[in-house]
Formats: sequence, C-alpha cells, structure tokens
Amino acid sequence: MARFIVRRLVGAIGVLFVISVLTFLIFQVIPNGDPAARIGGQHANAATIEQIRRTWGFDKPIYEQYLKTMGQIFSGTVVSYSQGVNVLDSIRHGLPATLSLALGAGLIWLGFGILFGVITAIHAGHFTDKALTVLAFIGVSCPPFFLGALAIYYAGYKAGIIPLGGYVPLTQDPWEWFKHLIAPWLVLSVLFIGIYSRVLRSTMLDTMNEDFVRTARAKGLSERQVLVRHVLRNSLIPVISLWGLDFAQVIGGGAILTETVFNLHGVGQFAAYSISALDVPPVLVVTMLTAFFVVLLGAVVDILYALLDPRIRLAG
Amino acid sequence: MAIDRVTEATGTDFSSGLPDELLREEEEGKLPPGTGPYKLAWRRLARNKGALAFGGVFLLIAAICLLAPLYANNIAHTGPNDTHITEQIIIDGKPTYVVNTIGLPIGPTWHGKFFLGADPEGRDEAVRLLYGGRNSLEIGLVAMLLTILFGVIAGMIAGYTRGFVDGVLTRMLDVIWAYPVYILGVALGVSLAVGGIGPLHGNSLMIPAVVIGFVYIPYVAKPIRGQVLGMRQREFIDAARVQGLSDLRIMTREILPNLASTIIVFVPLILANAILLEAGLSFLGAGVQPPNPSWGTMISEGVRNIPASIHLVIVPGLMLVITVLSINVFGDGVRDALDPRAKVRVSH
Repeated sequence: MARFIVRRLVGAIGVLFVISVLTFLIFQVIPNGDPAARIGGQHANAATIEQIRRTWGFDKPIYEQYLKTMGQIFSGTVVSYSQGVNVLDSIRHGLPATLSLALGAGLIWLGFGILFGVITAIHAGHFTDKALTVLAFIGVSCPPFFLGALAIYYAGYKAGIIPLGGYVPLTQDPWEWFKHLIAPWLVLSVLFIGIYSRVLRSTMLDTMNEDFVRTARAKGLSERQVLVRHVLRNSLIPVISLWGLDFAQVIGGGAILTETVFNLHGVGQFAAYSISALDVPPVLVVTMLTAFFVVLLGAVVDILYALLDPRIRLAG
Repeated sequence: MAIDRVTEATGTDFSSGLPDELLREEEEGKLPPGTGPYKLAWRRLARNKGALAFGGVFLLIAAICLLAPLYANNIAHTGPNDTHITEQIIIDGKPTYVVNTIGLPIGPTWHGKFFLGADPEGRDEAVRLLYGGRNSLEIGLVAMLLTILFGVIAGMIAGYTRGFVDGVLTRMLDVIWAYPVYILGVALGVSLAVGGIGPLHGNSLMIPAVVIGFVYIPYVAKPIRGQVLGMRQREFIDAARVQGLSDLRIMTREILPNLASTIIVFVPLILANAILLEAGLSFLGAGVQPPNPSWGTMISEGVRNIPASIHLVIVPGLMLVITVLSINVFGDGVRDALDPRAKVRVSH
C-alpha cells in the first residue's frame, strides 16, 4: 500500500511538471501573445510596453520566467496578467461554487446512472430498455449550454421557479443555494447519466453470462441476491472508475460550459475567462489543479477497485 | 498485479447489448459458408431499420446544409452575413420592421424571407442556420479525419514498435489526455485564432477543425495501440516477418486491415463528439469566429438574447441535437453490425 502511494505520488509530480511546462510553452509560441502589450492595453506606447516588460520580467529567458512563475504559484503570490489580482485568491473564491456543483451533480449522475443502468439491464430488449436507451442517446447528444439556456428561459423567465443564474453560498442561505444549483446540477448530469447507464447496462449484461453468476443461481440464491451481490458488485468497477475521472475534471474546472451558461463564477468560468484573455498564470494554475485532482481521484478509484474486487491487489 | 487505469473506461459505451436474434440466423447456417465478415455486417446493418432511419436523417441534414447557397439565393434572397436592420418586410399585408425600434428581431414568419425569423442584427436565421450547419459539419468532418489519421498512425507505431518509441508516444498521448478536453481546446483555439497557424488565418474554419482533431487523438490512438499490441503476438505477424516483409509493409498490409472494423466504429463516434466540441468551443468564443455562422456561435448569440428571442437558441440547438443524435444512433447500429460483442468507447 505504501509503495503504491509513493509510486502514484511520483507519477503525479511528473504529470504536473510536464503539464505546467507545456501550458507555459503553448502561451509562449502564440503569435500576438505578448503579455506586456496586453497588460499595457491598447493605448500604451513602445516605451511603456518596454517598461512593463522589464518590471514583469518578460525580457528574461523562458526557463527563468517559468521557474519564477512556478515559484510564485507555490508561495501563493502569483498574479494574473490581465486583471492583476492574486490567482490563488480568485480560485479560492470560485472553488465553493465549483465544489457545490460537482458534489450535487456527481451524486445525481451516479445515482441515476446506476438506477437506469440496472433497470435497462434487467429489462434488456423490452420496452423500458428501449425507451431509456432513446433517452440516453438524447442525453449524450445535448450540449449542456443548450439545455442550460432552455432551463433558464422556461424555468427561470417563464415559470419563475429558478433564479436566472449566479451562485449563493451555502453558509449564507441554504435554500437559495439549492435553488441556484438545482438546474446546473441536472443540466450537467444529463450527459453523464446517459453515459453511465449505458456502460453499466453493457457490463451487467456481460457479467450475467459469467460462470460465477450461474453458480450463484445454482446454489439457490434469490434473484435479488444474485443481482445485487454478484452482478451489480462486479459491474460497478468501470462506473466507479469513470466517476472518479469525471468528478475530478468537474472539480478542476472541467464544467466550463455549465458554469458559464449559469454564470456560477466557479473555477471553470474563471479558467474560460483567463484563457480568452491569453492569461498564462491562471490557466497554469487551473490546468495543474485539474491534473492534480485527476491523478488523486485516479488513485482513490484504484483503491476502491481493490475493495470491490478482491482479486485485485495494489502492488507497488 | 498492478492496476493500469482502464483507459477505454472513460467514455460512452453504446453497444445496445447483444442482438441475439441477428446472430442466430448466421449460427443456424442459413448463409452460405465463407460469407465475409463485412458482408455479414452489411446484412445486420440493413436489418437495423432504426439505425438506418437515423443515418438517413443525418444524410438529409447534410444535403440540406450543402444546398444553403441555393436556398439563400432563390428563396430567402439574402446571404448569411447580410444585415437588414433598418428594412421592412410585408407580413399579412402589413409592413413590419425586421428589427423593431427596441432592438427585438422578428420571430419565424414561415415565409420565404425570414422563414425562421431574424437575429438582432437583422440577418436571416434560416440562411444562417444552413450556412452554419455547413460550417459545423465541415469542421466535424475534417477534425474527425485528422483524429482518425493521426490516432491510427500513432497507435499503430506505438503498439508495433513497443520499447522506447512506444514509451515516448504513450507519454505524449497521456499528456494530451490529462488535459480536460475543453481547457485544451479553448487554449489552442483562442491562441490560434489570434495569429493563425502556418497558412491558416486566424478566422479560418480549419483552425477549430485542427484543434478538435488534435484534442481527440489519444482517444483513438490508445485503443488502437492496445489492439496492435495484442495482434503482434499472433502467428500471422510472425509468418509475415519470417517471409521477410518490412515493418512498414507488415503495418500497412497485415495490421491495418485488421484494424478496419475498429476504425469504422470510431468514425461516427468521433464525428459526433467533434461536432459537439465545435459547438462548445464556439460557445466559449474559441471556435468559429464571428461573423461566420456555426451552430455553436448561433446558440451563443441566442443565449445573449434571452429572454427576448428564444427562437435564436431553439433553432440552432435543435438542429445540433438532431444531427448529433442521428450520428450517434447510426454509429451504434454500425458497431452492433460489425461486431455485436465489441466494446469501443470514446470520452467526452
């Protein structure tokens, strides 16, 4: 177990390093991407821009700029080029909204994904299966900003049930927090419910043909026991693995579209804004944050694997 | 046993179970022995009426979008970027402003001109919808071809050579894969839209196509690599090597034909995802650049006009959903037909 964790940690540091270097380089090779010109604004003259370039250190070699920026990230003093505010503060500000979105949506899509997966697997080939299959297909074909726009218009403007976007902290008013998040949760979940129910359905159908399921039936277990203890438990592995990765991406700002259309001011929206402004430091921090969560939850998922499937051992 | 993350697990699995009734006939031996696998697949697909119907819907949409100039010139009499803000049109004998005094555009007229209404800049929504569809489909198609081409090449080389080259290629794919699709897509899309790349100008449609094509490469390369790794242990590769065939020849003549069914299954999956990603990137301002229409930019413009003109969201949005849905359902049918037991997944 200890070796497993150490190996994962080393791997994580490697991934974070490569991603930070690449992100930095992408923004260096952009034509017209001169950060000094952008900080100076439209009316800055050459002398001002040269001045900015020297104060911010843009005249230094790339590796020196990279090391300086990384140092600032780890000491918490990194400042965005376009807004001049502390990046870590901005992310800390956006994190509650993003975490609330991820937790609520993650539970909804996992729950309904498993529910619909089990229903369609049990009734494979029947009407319920076909109807839910159609729904799943529609779900994965709908972009979240389209669903979000429809929700804001019909449930917000027309019916007045939900607010028109924005985020209210849980500590400030739990009911308002819920009302602001229910539509984003559902909109974000639709796609994942479609995917998860299909994955679970097909793995369950595969598992049902396994010998150990026949053995379980033969030794007289009830159909329900066979389903829950043998079929479902073995089929949940790919779903759990999917969930870990998707959840990590949403925490790391991957729900850019949902956050933007509902104006949640989360990490994803902050990332989207910073990228459009070609602002290196925030993008660097957000991509590293995402990669960190992906690696972290990847390890958690592997540990869960071992708990679900006794045949799997965590080796170093 | 160390656990390698199951990379294929990151995505949609849309195999609609095992169509046993389709397999039964073949097992009962009604077909002549020696019927080729593609002929069998074709027979299975031909009997999957639902998938065929959706395939037809997609072809119909593509054809209508290709005919956009014909519609624009002969029925609507306007171009996709022509504004008519100050003009009036006759509806039911009454002259009406295309965009009224408080800036609200007219809704659907269901006539030749402004069939689906106008946008706040007085442009014909139906004309833009068709031209936008042409752009969206074109970008999706080019992106899909790029992804398949480079994904198959990278996956084949990595799986076949193993060792050092495989290590380097796999790490590179892992890094692309570790980025959230949208963050990488927006970063590349915005940066390339500023300065262009090579011969492509910043507002070229091919910029989002290249970006999307690049982002999805690992999702094709990784499964292909896995399949090639398994394949190169088989006897027919040994036989080819003993015969003295070169590596390039083994890859193109022996391995590639065996990857064909996997590649065919990937085509609709990547196409559907590429069209969705184009819409997403355009929504975030990192895809198709205005005033060029695409379904993504049109939805994005529509969202900015909520609540006044919801038709500007619904019209392009529904087109997008129907198109992607029909590709997905048809692709599912193709997969079932090619290998009813196959599991190929692609992530979002």
